[in-house]
Amino acid sequence: MSSFPFLSALIVVPLIGALITAAVPKGKPRQAKFIAMGFSLVVLAITAVMCVRFTAGDRALQFTEHYSWVPDWGLNLSFGVDGIALVMLALTAVLTPVVIGASWNDADAEKRNVPTFFALILALQATMIGTFVSANVLLFYIFFEVMLVPMYFLIGSYGGLRRQYAAVKFFLYSLLGGMVLLAAIIGLWVASGGVMDWQALIDGGPVDPTLQNWLFLGFFLAFAIKAPFFPFHTWLPDAGGAAPAGVAALLVGVMDKIGTFAILRYCLPLFPDASQTFAPLAIALALVGVIYGALVAIGQTDLRRLVAYTSIAHFGFIGVGIFAFTTQSGTGAVLYMVNHGLATGLLFIVVGMLAARRGSSQIADFGGAGKLMPLLAGTFFIAGMASLALPGTAPFVSEFLVMLGTFSVNKPVAIISVLGIILAAGYVLWMYQRTMQGTLNPALTELKPMRRDLNLREKLVVTPLIVGILALGVYPQPVLDIINPAVESTLDFVGVTDPAPTVPTAEPVATGDN
Amino acid sequence: MTTMVSADTLDISFPEVDYLALAPLLIVFGAACVGILLEAFLPRTRRYSAQLVLSVVGLVAALVTIVMNVGEDRPAFAMSDGSRVDAIVIDGPGLFLMGAIVAMGVIAVLLIAERRVSAGGAFVAHAAVAADSKADAAQARHPGATEVFPLTMFAIGGMMLFCVAGDLLTMFIALEAFSLPLYLLCGLARRRRLLSQEAAMKYFLLGAFASAFFIYGVALLYGYAGSVQLVDINAAIAASGNSQVLLLSGLAMLAVGLLFKAAAVPFHVWTPDVYTGAPTPVTALMAACTKVAAIGGLLRVFNVAFGNSGNPGGPSLAWDWRPILIAIAIATMVIGAILAVTQTDIKRLLAYSSIANAGYLLVGVIALGQALGATLFYLVAYGFTVLAAFAVVTLVRDSQGEATHLSRWAGLAKRSPRFAVIFTLLMLAFAGIPLTSGFAAKFAVFSSALEAGQTSLVIVGVLSSVILAFPYLKVVVLLWLSQPVEDAPAVSMPGFMTGTAVTVGVVFTVLLGLAPQVLLNIVDGAGQFLAK
Repeated sequence: MSSFPFLSALIVVPLIGALITAAVPKGKPRQAKFIAMGFSLVVLAITAVMCVRFTAGDRALQFTEHYSWVPDWGLNLSFGVDGIALVMLALTAVLTPVVIGASWNDADAEKRNVPTFFALILALQATMIGTFVSANVLLFYIFFEVMLVPMYFLIGSYGGLRRQYAAVKFFLYSLLGGMVLLAAIIGLWVASGGVMDWQALIDGGPVDPTLQNWLFLGFFLAFAIKAPFFPFHTWLPDAGGAAPAGVAALLVGVMDKIGTFAILRYCLPLFPDASQTFAPLAIALALVGVIYGALVAIGQTDLRRLVAYTSIAHFGFIGVGIFAFTTQSGTGAVLYMVNHGLATGLLFIVVGMLAARRGSSQIADFGGAGKLMPLLAGTFFIAGMASLALPGTAPFVSEFLVMLGTFSVNKPVAIISVLGIILAAGYVLWMYQRTMQGTLNPALTELKPMRRDLNLREKLVVTPLIVGILALGVYPQPVLDIINPAVESTLDFVGVTDPAPTVPTAEPVATGDN
Repeated sequence: MTTMVSADTLDISFPEVDYLALAPLLIVFGAACVGILLEAFLPRTRRYSAQLVLSVVGLVAALVTIVMNVGEDRPAFAMSDGSRVDAIVIDGPGLFLMGAIVAMGVIAVLLIAERRVSAGGAFVAHAAVAADSKADAAQARHPGATEVFPLTMFAIGGMMLFCVAGDLLTMFIALEAFSLPLYLLCGLARRRRLLSQEAAMKYFLLGAFASAFFIYGVALLYGYAGSVQLVDINAAIAASGNSQVLLLSGLAMLAVGLLFKAAAVPFHVWTPDVYTGAPTPVTALMAACTKVAAIGGLLRVFNVAFGNSGNPGGPSLAWDWRPILIAIAIATMVIGAILAVTQTDIKRLLAYSSIANAGYLLVGVIALGQALGATLFYLVAYGFTVLAAFAVVTLVRDSQGEATHLSRWAGLAKRSPRFAVIFTLLMLAFAGIPLTSGFAAKFAVFSSALEAGQTSLVIVGVLSSVILAFPYLKVVVLLWLSQPVEDAPAVSMPGFMTGTAVTVGVVFTVLLGLAPQVLLNIVDGAGQFLAK
């Protein structure tokens, strides 16, 4: 639709950035940082232009590009985004420069190779963008798998304690999902006669229902591991706990969303019958995740692992929203993917700042730290409130939409998931109380870094996220307008309609059946 | 049974020989024979360069003649009445297999010829030259042990013949022609000689045993079909009234011989010991070229004789052998992958990975004609990666020679990042990560196997590749994330020849991952085996 190849540019620019950054000699870390930041800002600019030029009401894939690659396999460089992919792109584009800023000194502190660190982050960004913009199942798979390599080295080479264990566990878990996904993709390939382009698969109609069930399970397993849903979640606390803070923010903020994004893009439209068949199972897993993630989060003694477990609970909400099959809940789920990226991204980054100052992320090592660093404590509080979905913060809107949509079709599920919100208040408030309030831990006063509040760089890093959380909490309408048509069209593929009159998400009205 | 009749009347007429079709084989065997003469007549100091040039030129010339034959499916021998004699069949897949063996053979010869990385090279001419003796020291000054060149050429020639043999006797001769030089080459290591000689002994004894199975199977099949030609066996399966016992037991014994060379479970036990004990360049030759030959032989036998590839809908024995071969393929993939996990020596690890990869290749064999192209693709993709991997292994050295124990590799990335990047790339390719040849090959084989209806094999295949990814990952972890050990081995600067081997291997690994279509077109163009 436009002459400029936006989507391939979004992949190529960070990739070139990664190569240039990697070529910077080890002795000039500053140069590498600025180059990486520059390239990530270029990506942000391109994404911003795309958001402006995106036609919100159009259901078809936009900015489409198509180049032939391996015709024998139906593998084409087909790109295209719908509303869901666009907001995920925007999230990635915003979060990457923020993470680069937040990780500015992480690699130096550990005396590790700084240019490689930032090159890996840019490479990771390129592959994550690739998964969002692919309009070919096999191409998506390639990005989905290659993505593991930079993340593996980011965790394994730059992480904290037990980083090797965490990196290998992350890689093997993901590879297991990836290989099962590959088997399912090959099955789809055989069933469709070698067609792999998403649009062509949709136009060709769904495959035989029995086969659909198997293929759905293959796809779903891979995405449930990636998301992660209970009981495939055990890699996340390890990876999130061992990764450097910025990388953890990208891991949980963006990479995990690829799982839920792919469920919406691939599982639902390609296997509509199977999606309906397995929806109860998926909702059940998601619900268990909501409660289990929250309960385990309460019991954590390490801030990073705590945040990782809260994410498992939040992914449960997203899963409920997707598989409730209503427009509100689906839109809410997608909005939640964005909001959670901002909120948990901020939370991870703030925890990273705390851990860098204290030299530990154990909750017991803090206590009353708010007295020493009021600004940092305030940011931590905002991130925590966003995480528990306080009204006025962005996650509230999405959680509300998910509940609303779910309530209209399945009251027990909606009621059980409310428990998750209460538990969320528990783990966030208790975490904040134990770290920031109460009597000052005397060990903290002896640590010089603990007296340093947010510096300019850190303020610059957290500001966009806080602004995003508050802005989307007060006025989510523009984003909802982008997401809504894409969700509607996804649900059309599944063949479900909202109960009673379909309400526009703009004014979420109760469906009025009681 | 026309052949029976002609045999009965002893009407021996000479077939017309197509010398161009035979040229690749003639050149390689010719070069090997000339190599022996050079050993006899040239002064010791000039043998090395002469042998090296002769081998490389011979292989390149063979490659050229292979390319010249492309597109002309034909048996090399034809009777004056136009009937075929399928002793040697130069068809599309046969040419491709020969080409693959020769191309990888060039790389292997370069590795074998390397004398710079460790002064004197990896070989010793005979065990009487004791380690650290005067004679051994002399070898460090003048490149010696040039016997390995003709041996290698005979092995390569035998492997080529094995892939194009159209009757079982020719195949047996080819089998021996490449096995015997390999037994010898395995025992010629200059370092760790006892291990090397033990490896040669094991390989020889077990290999001779497998050969006996093979020839006994041939005899039984001859009893059944009255001919050793693959096409006649295929015809007999449809028409013969002879006892099926002969046929099935003959097939089983023949398969034992073939699967032994391919290192399929349960005929794999020799692989780890031989791969570890043999001089690393020879291991590279075995992992790349012998694998091509063994799988090439399996492909031809099962397609032409027992799969009725000339008439895929017609009667064949596939229903009888498929379940057994499926069980063997599953066992090979799973056991190879699981045992690779526990290995602590890089050469043993690669040996078990080679076993698991034989399993993936067997998936392609079982799917017969539909997966033939994909299997050929896999052979080339795997071969070049494994050549580069072993070439890199030869570079990691300490005062004792090659440091193959994995604990010694810890933290090597700190001192030799370029080496670590290359080896990581190769490991990722083995693990089947996209954008490498490993992924392209696995996708090709699994997709054609699924098309052929082999769902269970594909599922076992993908799951076992997850298991198999772990040992590769373990090596990557060691290289990058572990602390270096005390007196860690150094990564030698590769000489020109090892450097070329590594470069070619890495380039193919990346190219076949990024642009697999080129090779896919070539294997598609190779078509099917020539059958009746």
